[in-house]
Amino acid sequence: MSLALSAPAFRRFRRHRLAAFGAATIVLLTLGCFLGPFLLPFDDTTIDVMNRFAPPLSGAHVLGTDELGRDMLARLMMGGRVSLIVGFTAMAIGMALGILVGAVAGFHGGWLGAALMRFVDAVLCFPTIFLLLALAALVSPGLLSIIILIAATSWMDVARIVEGQVKSLRERDFAVAAQVLGASDARIIVHELVPNAVAPIVVAATLNVARAILLESYVSFLGYGIQPPVPSWGNMLNNAQIYLTSAPWLAILPGLAITLAVTSFNFLGDGLRDALDPRMRAR
Amino acid sequence: MSGAPILDVRNLSVRFRTEGGDVPAVSDLSFTLDRGETLAVVGESGSGKSVTSLALMRLLPKDSAVTVTGQALLEGRDLLAIPEPEMRKLRGGAISMVFQEPMTSLNPTTPVGAQVAEAVQLHRDLDRRAAREEAARLLDLVGIPAARQRMDDYPHHLSGGMRQRVMIAMALSCDPGVLIADEPTTALDVTIQAQILDLLKRLQERTGMAVVFITHNLGVVAEIADRVLVMYGGRAVEQAPLRPLFSRPLMPYTAGLLRSVPRMELAGRRAGPLPAIPGNVPDPRHMPPGCVFHPRCAHHQPGRCDAAAPVLEAADEAREVRCLRWRELAA
Amino acid sequence: MSGFLARRLGQSLVLLVLVSMVGFAILHLAPGGPMSQFASGSDMTQEDLDRIAEQLGLNRPLPVQYAEWFWRMLQGDWGRSYRDGEAVLNVIGSHLGATLQLMLTATLLAIIIGVVIGTLGAIRRHSIFDTLATVGAMIALSIPTFWFGLVAIYVFSVWLDWLPSGNRFTPGDGSPLDLLRHLILPAMVLALVETAIWSRFMRSSMLDVVNQDYIRTARAKGVPEARILLRHAFRNAALPMITVLGLQLPTLLGGALVTETVFTWPGMGRLFLDSISYRDYPVVMGILMFSATLVLLGSLLADLLHAVADPRIRLG
Ligand SMILES: Nc1ncnc2c1ncn2[C@@H]1O[C@H](COP(=O)(O)OP(=O)(O)O)[C@@H](O)[C@H]1O
Ligand code: SF4
Ligand SMILES: [Mg+2]
Repeated sequence: MSLALSAPAFRRFRRHRLAAFGAATIVLLTLGCFLGPFLLPFDDTTIDVMNRFAPPLSGAHVLGTDELGRDMLARLMMGGRVSLIVGFTAMAIGMALGILVGAVAGFHGGWLGAALMRFVDAVLCFPTIFLLLALAALVSPGLLSIIILIAATSWMDVARIVEGQVKSLRERDFAVAAQVLGASDARIIVHELVPNAVAPIVVAATLNVARAILLESYVSFLGYGIQPPVPSWGNMLNNAQIYLTSAPWLAILPGLAITLAVTSFNFLGDGLRDALDPRMRAR
Repeated sequence: MSGAPILDVRNLSVRFRTEGGDVPAVSDLSFTLDRGETLAVVGESGSGKSVTSLALMRLLPKDSAVTVTGQALLEGRDLLAIPEPEMRKLRGGAISMVFQEPMTSLNPTTPVGAQVAEAVQLHRDLDRRAAREEAARLLDLVGIPAARQRMDDYPHHLSGGMRQRVMIAMALSCDPGVLIADEPTTALDVTIQAQILDLLKRLQERTGMAVVFITHNLGVVAEIADRVLVMYGGRAVEQAPLRPLFSRPLMPYTAGLLRSVPRMELAGRRAGPLPAIPGNVPDPRHMPPGCVFHPRCAHHQPGRCDAAAPVLEAADEAREVRCLRWRELAA
Repeated sequence: MSGFLARRLGQSLVLLVLVSMVGFAILHLAPGGPMSQFASGSDMTQEDLDRIAEQLGLNRPLPVQYAEWFWRMLQGDWGRSYRDGEAVLNVIGSHLGATLQLMLTATLLAIIIGVVIGTLGAIRRHSIFDTLATVGAMIALSIPTFWFGLVAIYVFSVWLDWLPSGNRFTPGDGSPLDLLRHLILPAMVLALVETAIWSRFMRSSMLDVVNQDYIRTARAKGVPEARILLRHAFRNAALPMITVLGLQLPTLLGGALVTETVFTWPGMGRLFLDSISYRDYPVVMGILMFSATLVLLGSLLADLLHAVADPRIRLG
């Protein structure tokens, strides 16, 4: 079978193609969301009651207008800014927290390490959305609080990865030897740990952006995230449900945007896992 | 024990295509096996022994990255050419195999009795009950104490030696003409090793099967073999009856292997991955030119051994050797 | 078995205590805690507030308060709803059935479809089917559940008009057929992500197994390929999948919350959101603790089931 003949090459090609698709989409989305609004003749907040519910491709508004006659494309771009900012910053804070907890637990081991990791286990028992919403109910909603809350609920995986790496490194002979020779912890971290841990961390970081974007959309959709009139892909959907029958594009477009962005980060993360860390390679 | 050999392997080559380059794991290997005979195949780890046996069983990955060429005639039928359904009937029937890893070679979620009975039922016209009876008989035959009671045990209930006995019972369930045993005792303790060798010898006398016994332990070879095939770098480098080979090895590699025997036994441990001969087996992706053994050979003649590849030539009516200098060295 | 059982139970107990500490910590962050209710509710003096705090034990050291709170939780006293004074556990209990129905249906769907897809993908690894299934699973994991719900409502309720768009039954009907018609869409929506998860776990489990030595042994015995896959490989690959039941519980619960919201399904998830919008903290915290405990017990149960089903673990 000719298909079987080229199977491994086909597989690599597919993986790289998906990862490349992901990376390209991310770049395009980022450029589009941050530069696009300057090129558009419409503002995302301008209300135009004469032009409510204009369907996509029907006139000046390429993607139509919403229930207040605001331009959908402009709102999608501004909402995309929010989603991408939340995605990247929440990821960065979450990663920093996870690396910190994981490194402390791994380096000190013993009582403290065990306690920290059991704490990680305990937090992982809470379904993320429940935890996120319960916390969101306690603070006043906004961009900063949603970023912090998402970060606070997505550092545990990274902590586990880093703890595992540090622990296995400590148990290997050369780290012991380096310590005997008087190498400082910092030196060991820079020379031994970083090269080993960087691949799984980069992969986790990419996947965590996807996760943060998704979580932001959930919380905003449910009304506890980004507050109108600031658009976010999530909160654009919470009114859309009412107009599902008459103006389905209000629901379909933001959802497509979320799916596209999240899928892109997931493809990229998967491709990076393949390329960077053969041990984790998905077969 | 005369007449046509039961197994006649001609020009077997196996090549793997990998991302790091082509791996010629077995190159142009030919040997024969007479009825009732035990042929020991020896060579360091990585010399192509397992790949050879898997190729004969047609158990290599069915994958475009694996190329197998040559012939393997089992009683005149080419194992490498017959259609898969026919091969499937031969596997476990006319030709069967025991693997090196007794701990992982049995299905962990199926009782051992059922695993033996499955082999019986596949090749013989017996109903479930009868197959179970037969399985109990076989387990008893291979020396599992209270075999009937152990039928419903799972593999993890059994020791490594006992599991290897189960594997042997399974391999013998259909009276194979040829049994391939790929390092069947390597993973076992020395005392258990001796018991399994005894068992195999006893069973062979009883059934008259021919055995290809793969090992890297020359102590085991001396125990069990009629004839010996020495492999290096995927090639046959020497082939001879047991006694002449041990008393007068012709190929420097064989001689090196033999010199390492007492040392391994004195050390009181199994022949592990420690090289008995200085140097390492060649990376099959970058085979040395000329004689593949020349980088490690004490008799290597620069300009000669690394220039022309020696062929396997007859040294007398029963022996073959692959060395450019065997005549000078024998003198 | 007893060693494994004891170890696993011990771990779960420790985790339960830690889970309760996390819950207690969040509870104490709550601005709507009991004191602020009183403080904002009426024109009480500071002395009145102190007296109430004294009576309620709120001025004692935190560890003491925690111990007492934990002890009451163990006895089933999870506080009372601010909304109607109903005991929190009763409130949760009256919504649990709907959630369980939804989760069980979705899980069942997901297991059947996911296991079939994962198995076929592993058998025909890197085939067109496998590629599509892998990419499809990744996309499924990227689709926001609530949006998929909206799309499903748009297609099946608005456009095709085949199925109802929400609620558990039509008022005044409630026949089995009516219940089923209401269940289909939310179960399908919740099953999407679950199916992706199960298919990926199953695929990798199956790939692990087909490369095992004992599969080679089965081939060497002459077992037909179909029987190798269905009997030898599938059984061994499916066993560890029991633990996935526990692993994906947090995702399942989160998905149920969102699905219930979109389909106005009267379960725990909707109750949770309603309670949040009412600032009904006892119920919010109760559900939070309840769901974490459910996850904990669920994974414990899954591990025990796995141990019972897998002869290798039985000895422990
Ligand atoms: N599936 C495979 N793909 C690529 N190379 C392989 C494969 N199986 C075996 N080899 C290579 O073939 C050579 C011979 O291996 P093997 O027959 O297992 O040696 P041994 O004599 O120890 O049994 C080794 O170099 C090994 O790396
Ligand atoms: S050919 Fe030369 S290098 Fe090879 S074994 Fe003979 S003497 Fe040694
Ligand atoms: Mg081998």
